[in-house]
Amino acid sequence: MSSHSHTDSHAVTAGSGHTDAHGHGEHREGYDFAHPIPLWILFAVFGALVFLTLVTVWQSNFDFGSYDVAIVMIIATVKALLVALFFMHLAFDKPFNFVVFFSSFVFVGLFVIFTLSDSRMTSDSFEPVQDEVVAVQPS
Amino acid sequence: MSTIEAAGHGTHGHDDHGHDGHGHGDHDHPSFLAHHFDTPEQQFDSGKLGIWLFLVTEVLFFSGMFCAYAIFRMTRPDVFEGCSQFLNTKLGAINTGVLLFSSLTMAWAVRCAQTEEHKKLTALLACTLSCAMVFLGVKTIEYSHKWGMGLLPAGYFTYNPANPHPEGGTNWLLYLCMPFVLLLVGVIAWLVISVVKGNKFHTACAMPLTVVCLSFFAGVGLGMILESGETPHIGHAEHASVAHAAGGDAHHSESGDGAPTEPSGPDTAETASLMERLAKDATNTGLQNDLLARKAQAELSGGAVVDSDSEISGAIESVPQEVMTPSRAGVFFGIYYCMTGVHAIHIIGGIGVLVWLLIRSVRQDFNRQYFGPVDYVGLYWHIVDLIWIYLFPLLYLIR
Repeated sequence: MSSHSHTDSHAVTAGSGHTDAHGHGEHREGYDFAHPIPLWILFAVFGALVFLTLVTVWQSNFDFGSYDVAIVMIIATVKALLVALFFMHLAFDKPFNFVVFFSSFVFVGLFVIFTLSDSRMTSDSFEPVQDEVVAVQPS
Repeated sequence: MSTIEAAGHGTHGHDDHGHDGHGHGDHDHPSFLAHHFDTPEQQFDSGKLGIWLFLVTEVLFFSGMFCAYAIFRMTRPDVFEGCSQFLNTKLGAINTGVLLFSSLTMAWAVRCAQTEEHKKLTALLACTLSCAMVFLGVKTIEYSHKWGMGLLPAGYFTYNPANPHPEGGTNWLLYLCMPFVLLLVGVIAWLVISVVKGNKFHTACAMPLTVVCLSFFAGVGLGMILESGETPHIGHAEHASVAHAAGGDAHHSESGDGAPTEPSGPDTAETASLMERLAKDATNTGLQNDLLARKAQAELSGGAVVDSDSEISGAIESVPQEVMTPSRAGVFFGIYYCMTGVHAIHIIGGIGVLVWLLIRSVRQDFNRQYFGPVDYVGLYWHIVDLIWIYLFPLLYLIR
């Protein structure tokens, strides 16, 4: 993939009659690093994202009970991965950038899990006050 | 770096901004390369690491709100289910599509910056901006509609189910549209002045920006059409739970009164009367609810018609509490406005940097060795999209 887009970029720059100010430095180290993503990948990813959006809207017509949140989150995560890997180029990027970005989700996971487990201990204090006018109406 | 001249588009004869400042003699430092970097690649990679670190802080920042969401949804799932009925799924889905499309055009724009297709880059950036404006337009309809109904955070929550659309309230739509009207007038004035003065560069910037401003109102129109087609389905949740009960489904919702769930044996008359006596005590709400539930159960099994606005689920152990109260729905809408509002602020911020990119792209600043700014803004734009990917199902699609 990477090599394909590499040649692609060469073809385009050659085609547009690009003359390098640095003349001889066509393959100069540190000057030729653009790897444009092929358009078909972008369109395919967009199609998949729209399809998954339709799936997630459609599935909300069914009652999966407590699995509802899990299903919705799995679909959203697949979409997020598509965006991150292709639109954000993480699939072709330096691994270090991937590690940096991914680490944030590790910490989000720690944060949410510990806070949620703690809130289970104290959830009474989160209970909202009963403020409707008549708590129980005679039926 | 002579890319611009060599590209030979020649439409911008005046185009001598900065690029020749360093001249061609300065071999190792083209004008876009900051002096503390050795190569364009090093400059690009440094900037990219920087923007990734910024995105990490963004993820952590939003995680706080997602955490609040998780805590309150775990505590009161019924409130989220009931209030979600007031969010228009169609509008949310349209906005998701619009944002996804803007992500596509943004990723495409990055490609165009790398391949030096300047015209296409400007067009795609304008397209991304227009999508952002359509998103805000639809959001404006959503917000003004809810504010008119009094569906607001806890302190301001005034929703009344008996009178959901009070007359004579503030015209929120007008107020929300005002800044964009002013913006449109300003940009059109800029366009006219630059055309009259014959300033080609300004005209080339103002034309796409006029389209961008107009697309906000296209979004408002789109939102109006979709919103008018759908009246909020009040009492939908109650319908659902009655249906459950009728189907013999012992639907256990996490009821707030904490009454222990007891298996429903055959009731004898004396336990019923005993319970009735105990329930006289006004503080014993758990037992009162229990009694109501038993009555409803009896009605259901007797084939009585349950009227739709009944709050009784009929399952023995649960009586859904009214969720549309300030302390319950108010909390949901507090979370809703916080999350979508901060997201909208990010969209507005994104619009700001995209306008900057658009002007630079008209100036043809970017080339295959200097496309960093487009790439970085693209990454930011994708993370805003990514957050909406999670927000949409979590807020709009709760059954």
